[in-house]
Amino acid sequence: MSVLVFTDSSEGKFKKSALEVTSYGKKVAELMGTNLVAISINVNDPSELYKYGAEKVISVSDDSLQTFNAKIVANIIQQVAQKESATVIIFESNINGLYAAPMTAVTLNAGYVSNVMSLPTNVNPFTVKSKAFSSKAFSTTIIKSECKVIALSKNSFGIVENEVPGTTEAFIPTLVESNLISEKIEQTTGKVTIADADIVVSGGRGLKGPENWGMLEELADVLGAATACSKPVSDLGWRPHSEHVGQTGKPVASNLYIAIGISGAIQHLAGINSSKVKVVINTDPEAPFFKAADYGIIGDAFEVVPKLVEKLKEFKANNA
Amino acid sequence: MKILVCISHVPDTTSKINFSENDTKFDTNGVQFVINPYDEFALTRAMWFKEKQGASVTVVNVGSATSEPTLRKALAIGADGAIRVNMEPIDGFSVAKELAEVVKNGNYDLVLAGKESIDYNGEMVPGMVASILDYNFVNGCIGLEIDGNEASISREIDGGKEVLSCSLPLVIAGQKGLVEEKDLRIPNMRGIMMARKKPLQVLEPISGEAFTEITSFEKPQAKSTCKIVAADNVDELINLLHTEAKVI
Repeated sequence: MSVLVFTDSSEGKFKKSALEVTSYGKKVAELMGTNLVAISINVNDPSELYKYGAEKVISVSDDSLQTFNAKIVANIIQQVAQKESATVIIFESNINGLYAAPMTAVTLNAGYVSNVMSLPTNVNPFTVKSKAFSSKAFSTTIIKSECKVIALSKNSFGIVENEVPGTTEAFIPTLVESNLISEKIEQTTGKVTIADADIVVSGGRGLKGPENWGMLEELADVLGAATACSKPVSDLGWRPHSEHVGQTGKPVASNLYIAIGISGAIQHLAGINSSKVKVVINTDPEAPFFKAADYGIIGDAFEVVPKLVEKLKEFKANNA
Repeated sequence: MKILVCISHVPDTTSKINFSENDTKFDTNGVQFVINPYDEFALTRAMWFKEKQGASVTVVNVGSATSEPTLRKALAIGADGAIRVNMEPIDGFSVAKELAEVVKNGNYDLVLAGKESIDYNGEMVPGMVASILDYNFVNGCIGLEIDGNEASISREIDGGKEVLSCSLPLVIAGQKGLVEEKDLRIPNMRGIMMARKKPLQVLEPISGEAFTEITSFEKPQAKSTCKIVAADNVDELINLLHTEAKVI
């Protein structure tokens, strides 16, 4: 018996969420009285995971896996799960994790729960708490199948160091056929993505037009934050869809979310309420966002934001 | 080309979420149900294939008779026929098994669904349907073109997009970008009248067994109040974020 985590990576390095899912997997393995095994694909230094509790890393290296093919990856995970007699397989709730997890559940004939937000409340029967109704509620679910697949909600457990003596085993999987071909990847370079960002700075219709996003980008730069926007802003074409956060856009689970000129419609709040700390800047003291936020400034964004940028620059200079 | 669009019957995005029967059931009292917004993107794209490429479009839902108005709405938007698998959905896997059976028996070339439903947000059913059938699958799809038997697909990745190609059959889990918000259609009177005459077939499920079971629900605890900082005192905000919230 073992617990298996799939760790996502990019350009030979683990993503931050991979370290979180390993930290989490270690605790699940402890609760179950077993060991943690991690799978890495094309990572230069898989031993980095020992620090977060992986006793064993199954390292797969294959040039044909440079682009992510979920069917092939799900099949590799199935091979490793069987080899390691894994009964619990854990994924990150990121784009690749959520792509491969349901396919893995089918190949292993396993019950699957996504959006898991904490350690299992019980391991027998295996019981987990997860987010539902766009984070407006939580549900407690029992997984009854012998093999269980879960996806851990981002930023819900955190990265926890827990150094163990580990080993890395090179593994050469059988690759299944797939005629789904990756033709090209178009990457916007140099920008922090909403999925990876610790801080997200978001603008709404209160900013009046796309030409006013300069100050928001400046604020994001100072904070090392990603920029985002509300639904009306993306519908109006002021900002790309990829920046739309909310119930039908991207979920945000950052440490800090700063909403500027966003009133806080219920659909917007649903998408961002997994963020730890929320700040709102809005002229309207009645804006619903003030009910959801931790800190608020009632004021004009065009006056407050430039001042905030200036003061943050001083703060960063003094705390560098 | 035969297209099947999977439709979830979900509470409207503005719904207040409450639970009944000792927090074990979603309380549908006073809740307005709609086509899952992500599925509506998929349906709208399917309409484009119907109008420009002569595709036939069937919509399917796994649910009780209470989902039928939602299927009728999809018919009013322009789908040719509807199927309801008569089963109270329990979990994603059990729903996917039913849908896969419908796909197999109907020989569909293209299965379109939203990437998640806004009630349980599982983001699992389309990928499971594809895996059960061993069809190609693209999650988080933001663009889809079909030429004969070949598909060109874009999917969102961290900080960009990936363009993929494959032959049909194919399962797609779509999101905004597949179509734009302005492309969404409101059924007109003629569509609503025609929808009444379109076939809505009810199938019995192949199996009702599920691997997972929700035992209870709860709502997040109410937040403590928002600390208001004066607009001319942004230093105070920075100080609070640094020393109290410890996020900068």
